[in-house]
Amino acid sequence: MSAQKTSKKTTGKSAGKSSAKAAGPAVTELKEHIVEIISDSGEGAQRCGQSLGSIAARMGNGIWTTEIIPAEIRPPARSVAGASGNRIRIGSGYITNGGDQTDLVVAFNEQVLLGRVRARELKPNCIILLESMWRTHNDINIAMAYKETYSRLVEAGYQVREVPMEQECLKLTPDAKRGKNMFALGMLCYLYSFDLQAARDQIALTFGKKAQTIIDANVVLLEAGHKWASENFDYRFCIPATPAKQAQIATNGNTALALGVMASGMELCAMYPITPATSASHYLSDVFEKVGGLVHQAEDEIAACAFAVGASYASKCTVTITSGPGYSLKQEAIGLAVMAEIPLVVVNVQRGGPSTGQPTKSEQGDLMTAIYGSHGDAPKVVMAPATIEECFYSMITARKIAESFNTVVVVLTDAMLATSQQPFARPQFNEAWLAPPIDQSAVPDGAKPYDWDATTGIARRFIPGQPGGMHTVTGLAHDRQSHVAYDPDINQEGLRARSLKIAALQKTLLPPEVVGDDKGDLLVVGWGSTKGAIEEAAAALRAEGKKVSSVHLRFLQPMQPGIKEILQRFKKVMTIETNWSDDPADEIIDETNRRYSALATLLRARYLVDVDCWTEVKGQPVKPSTIRRVLLDKLQK
Amino acid sequence: MKFSSTECLLDLYEEKLELEDYQSGVPRWCTGCGDNAILTAVQRLCRDEGLRPEKTVFVSGIGCSSRFPHYMKTYGFHGIHGRALPIAEGIRLARPDLTIFVNTGDGDCCSIGAAHWIHALRYNMNLTVFLHDNQIYGLTKKQASPTSPIGTKSNTTPRGSYLDALNPLSVALGVANASFIAQAVDWIPESLFEIVKAAYHHKGFSFVRILQRCPEWLPKLHEADMQEPDAVQLLHHENALQISPNLAKVYKNQLKHDPLDIHRAREIASSTDVVPVGILYQNREIPCYEDTRQTGILRTPDIVRKGLEAEFDKYEV
Ligand SMILES: Cc1ncc(C[n+]2csc(CCOP(=O)(O)OP(=O)(O)O)c2C)c(N)n1
Ligand code: SF4
Ligand SMILES: [Mg+2]
Repeated sequence: MSAQKTSKKTTGKSAGKSSAKAAGPAVTELKEHIVEIISDSGEGAQRCGQSLGSIAARMGNGIWTTEIIPAEIRPPARSVAGASGNRIRIGSGYITNGGDQTDLVVAFNEQVLLGRVRARELKPNCIILLESMWRTHNDINIAMAYKETYSRLVEAGYQVREVPMEQECLKLTPDAKRGKNMFALGMLCYLYSFDLQAARDQIALTFGKKAQTIIDANVVLLEAGHKWASENFDYRFCIPATPAKQAQIATNGNTALALGVMASGMELCAMYPITPATSASHYLSDVFEKVGGLVHQAEDEIAACAFAVGASYASKCTVTITSGPGYSLKQEAIGLAVMAEIPLVVVNVQRGGPSTGQPTKSEQGDLMTAIYGSHGDAPKVVMAPATIEECFYSMITARKIAESFNTVVVVLTDAMLATSQQPFARPQFNEAWLAPPIDQSAVPDGAKPYDWDATTGIARRFIPGQPGGMHTVTGLAHDRQSHVAYDPDINQEGLRARSLKIAALQKTLLPPEVVGDDKGDLLVVGWGSTKGAIEEAAAALRAEGKKVSSVHLRFLQPMQPGIKEILQRFKKVMTIETNWSDDPADEIIDETNRRYSALATLLRARYLVDVDCWTEVKGQPVKPSTIRRVLLDKLQK
Repeated sequence: MKFSSTECLLDLYEEKLELEDYQSGVPRWCTGCGDNAILTAVQRLCRDEGLRPEKTVFVSGIGCSSRFPHYMKTYGFHGIHGRALPIAEGIRLARPDLTIFVNTGDGDCCSIGAAHWIHALRYNMNLTVFLHDNQIYGLTKKQASPTSPIGTKSNTTPRGSYLDALNPLSVALGVANASFIAQAVDWIPESLFEIVKAAYHHKGFSFVRILQRCPEWLPKLHEADMQEPDAVQLLHHENALQISPNLAKVYKNQLKHDPLDIHRAREIASSTDVVPVGILYQNREIPCYEDTRQTGILRTPDIVRKGLEAEFDKYEV
């Protein structure tokens, strides 16, 4: 991952004085750049950013887009906490995460920009393209605020360039607010030397459902932005692309998840709206029926989960998609599915917690709840996709496991995966993904509904409609006949069987892959959305000769085989997670009271290895540069 | 969602099933418990209607009454407290071919599961629902329930319960899309059977509140009503139930009521001097949620492939 080095190259130079070209400014070649477009919400920065990402991907660039979302639906205009938009990391090669600080930002007002500056999201000498309309605003306070911020940013070393976006757009449209984003897109296409035709095609795709006049109006603005930039900027960039050999699709994690549901053979999704999970169900509501599936919006998450249990019981393995608070509400019904051995897929798109927490922010705070949630011993499978692509395939795997082992499979993603976009190889449909037809054959004489296999704990399930299979499933302790158990030995037997199924699954899993040498000074263990950042940081350190490797876990319950052996080959082991862990530097924290992060706790308990952890719960994706610093620190300790 | 012709192809051989073919185990309810009478009526219904045991599911929550499925030799789902209805809804949406009954208690339905109850009425899915209303929490040993009459002495209200009872009939009659609302009493077997049967034949969410005796905790609650036949008012109509000569001999308090008249139904539901028994409201025109949600699309691998490819096209870069 040469990313870090490349960005240094640009920071060293003042933009625009590299190779000379006959016409137009010199084009600086970059390995990667991070671009942001921010505005008040409703001004279209999100769409501009997404389009830019898609155009870059069309050009064959690697991209990772991250949404910038204000906590409120409509924060007041021009507020520091109100930035809404998109951040796109564009690279020559494959991009696995959002990266570090921003190289170039387009801001529709200086206040939202201030929010980003204060959050230290911008590089020290970041290029800022700032809407200039505020300088001459009628409201003297606004004009003053603008001028003051402008001067301060310039003083601080940012390369601020004022752009009369509003003024230019007004020449073409009466409502500049609605078109500015396309003007900005045109500018960016010029600045990054993207093919204007690819941008036009992208607009046609984005506005595909709308009238041709709307598409045309947007194209006019796009071209105007491009032209204005060509006449006014004395620098230009190019990020050489290495187009993928295979066809690629670019989606965010929630869309990938919903596509995965469609592909998995599941036919029903029962849900109750909750951020940041909802967009998966929105999308699914739109497309699922076209393939004969449907989304049921229940009256609450308890109902959604119970509904899913009912449908799964009756043979249609169902998914229920939620986030933290909703996941808590589902616990009792999840326990029922575990007890009655009904296949069920539960997706938890994690957000900040506890309680209502940070609805739009990302966290990995629900791992323990996922594994240990629901009262009593309720063993279930817990998986965590680590990339957008894995969000897609995880649904297919989850349904298969749920139905093969008659158990609950919890899939943990998070707000960051849910809203980030990344291209991946267009999946090749495989009929084997789908569920087999419902078994309605007669049950053999004497067969029992819970005839637990002595070794694996697995029993064949009887589905309503199967003659001879009549029985009453129950959440009460039950025997092999599904009769309520009054004998203490039977409870023991049932718990054993349900637990063995987890071990049986584990026997089918492969050891995780170690990225880097398979032994060394430091091993970083992660799970979920942090994969790209961890691997980038570790690779950067390896490039400096450090003996750092990483391993990323897709299964958290059961854990893949071979992990202990891997941990033992490293002098130090630590996890990087985005959940809480006590800081040993805090005055009253010591080894007797330190609360480790979720995965570190699990690894310590399971493998008796001294696993340290570093975590951050700022709701933002952890940056590779932060991880790099943490790892260096750990190496030196 | 639709069923492909390969699914659920059963040889429905002509076989006359007897009562024993629907009976499973020995009910563990107290002697004299009204749940026994409900079980008898329902087993008779299954036999008379020739329901295939493998195509029939009884779903329940938790409570004395929710033990019901264990005593039926059909498929059964004894779920968790309050959630019988959403479980049954899931089964219904997945399987239009099954006959589904729900047994729920007054705590199960009107307290912990009240939200689901309201919404189940509104979904109007084809389910036959029996509210075993003994006006007390039986299984957990005598606590006041939302339907306990004010002043009911229980373990949590030793000096008498504080609040007026919730009237399940009035509540149900206030919900949009309610399509079948009836009341029965466990101590008039013939009428109980007729109401259960009418509920089964109604396509939609058939909600039957059954006043069910709990001799263990409230032995006196219905004593007076049982001794005085006129305390019970039998509802009849040419579009609803007719009263048999047998019943008419004993129960002289009769009221002709058109089950489409919802305003009158609400008045009847709120009577305090008599116990109305029969169909209060029935509207056969209200669509079932599962039919509204029918897509008519047969989910073949080819349809899924086409649908997916179309979506991939949208996101291809
Ligand atoms: C979540 C939950 N809370 C409480 C209980 C305990 N509980 C079991 S049954 C019941 C009430 C039963 O009353 P009702 O629904 O009227 O049924 P009945 O026993 O009277 O037939 C309660 C409170 C439980 N099983 N689950
Ligand atoms: S406690 Fe009441 S409701 Fe429960 S079985 Fe006994 S009589 Fe029936
Ligand atoms: Mg009760």
